[in-house]
Amino acid sequence: MPIISTAGLARTFTGRNGPVEAVRGIDLTVRPGEILGLLGPNGAGKTTTLRMLTTLLPPTGGTATVAGHDLVENPAAVRRHIGYVAQSGGLDPQETVRSELVTQARLYGQDRAGAAARAEELAADLGLTELLDRRTPALSGGQRRRLDLAMGLTHRPEVLFLDEPTTGLDPGSRTDLWALVRRLRDEHGTTVVLTTHYLDEVDALADRLVIVDKGTVVAEDSPAGLKAAHGATTLQEAFLAVTGRGPAPADTTPVAV
Amino acid sequence: MLLRDTALLFGRYARQTLRSPFQIFFGVLMPLLYLLFFGPLLTGLPLGREGDSWQILVPGLLLQLGLFGASFAGFSIIMEKGWGVFDRMRVTPVSRLALLLGRVLRDAALFVFQAVLLVLAAIPMGLRAPVVGILVGFGFVALLSAALASLSYALALKLRTPQEFGPAINTLAMPAMLLSGLMLPMALAPGWLDVVSHLMPFRYLVDAVREAYIGHYTTPTMLYGVLVALGLTALAVTVGTRTFRSAGASLG
Ligand SMILES: Nc1ncnc2c1ncn2[C@@H]1O[C@H](COP(=O)(O)OP(=O)(O)O)[C@@H](O)[C@H]1O
Ligand SMILES: [Mg+2]
Repeated sequence: MPIISTAGLARTFTGRNGPVEAVRGIDLTVRPGEILGLLGPNGAGKTTTLRMLTTLLPPTGGTATVAGHDLVENPAAVRRHIGYVAQSGGLDPQETVRSELVTQARLYGQDRAGAAARAEELAADLGLTELLDRRTPALSGGQRRRLDLAMGLTHRPEVLFLDEPTTGLDPGSRTDLWALVRRLRDEHGTTVVLTTHYLDEVDALADRLVIVDKGTVVAEDSPAGLKAAHGATTLQEAFLAVTGRGPAPADTTPVAV
Repeated sequence: MLLRDTALLFGRYARQTLRSPFQIFFGVLMPLLYLLFFGPLLTGLPLGREGDSWQILVPGLLLQLGLFGASFAGFSIIMEKGWGVFDRMRVTPVSRLALLLGRVLRDAALFVFQAVLLVLAAIPMGLRAPVVGILVGFGFVALLSAALASLSYALALKLRTPQEFGPAINTLAMPAMLLSGLMLPMALAPGWLDVVSHLMPFRYLVDAVREAYIGHYTTPTMLYGVLVALGLTALAVTVGTRTFRSAGASLG
């Protein structure tokens, strides 16, 4: 039983200059416990796809089941089983780390005592204990991202969606985050769907990668399989062969870790 | 679930407001200036209706406070959207109606608190009114604030760019204030203006509060005021909830 399956999932926006087909029909199946990398250049439709799968954006076409529930029929049930960390996070600059973690746990239904305990536990898990009483604007980029992740893990979701989790992080923070994602899957069997435009990220982390371009899936394989299929020695070459261009402008690619 | 979630979010927003005394007191400033520098001009003028000038002006200022304060409530959600907090909450199972009501109740509480300050300031200026009437006035401030805040949040979510929000609200709130006779009663107006002002729901609210301030609680004016206030609030919360449910349907 796949934990995520979509058929023809699509989203068209009505823009100022006519309709924008952000996602044109995506078919996807994800197995429980899999780490799936959604790879694609800027504007490919990665964020729009995640926003649909997390119930934030109603699809304009197609169907999807997430964690056993229909996305459109029963979004409330989907929400109970998934966690989502948006591309730019979701922290209120007026709040402290602790109050954000506690509120989040309470939004997921915990009582006051349970939420306070969960906040401590998550902080310990993600190395935020020292920072609990700090306001969120006083966190570094890496600390912020760990807090964003903690917020998404509050209710121990079966499926975690991460939108460009490492964009803007320094190399050390990136590898820390990779380790965290791996640990989640290994220890809790969490299914992780992450988007990125860094090839080294999917190479290091993903069991399988799906390349989207202009709103459709253009390739789907394991990193090794994709390289083999295109006779490429690096994922970069394979990616170029598939899309005809690089995954991101050269200046946004971080130095090798 | 709804009650619990609403209380939770009300608490969060109320605490945020309490941390910002500027936000709490700034809203009283404009009506207070009217009270101090405009109110004294009216004493002794024939204002076309029963009650002394303070019993006529203060109800108008109370609703002006609610009108301007609550109309701009939507700014806070534009900020939250920008920070990603709005989506972070929408992705949790929290009740959609609670996402609206938690905010709206905080707004109603804030503007009623400001209304209390304004009435306290009006007493040394010369306001005399029955206690029940004053309490009824606060009730109207609460309903008006709740209704307008809901509409403001809905509008803020609908607009594509935050820069459109301020001008849009000003364009709506100024004529609403003038046409409701908040400053001077519409009893003074020529026929056509009186007719136009009856199309403005706030007109019925301010007339009802003025009745309450002279101790008339069972008149048709009061009945219309209550009906319009309740109808407006029900409509506004419905519009607000629908917008919160579908938020993101048209915007990113
Ligand atoms: N709210 C929106 N209104 C109109 N167009 C949008 C909206 N959100 C995204 N798009 C467009 O949809 C396409 C895909 O965007 P997105 O999903 O953010 O891509 P990615 O995350 O892969 O960079 C882009 O062309 C983008 O401009
Ligand atoms: Mg994106």
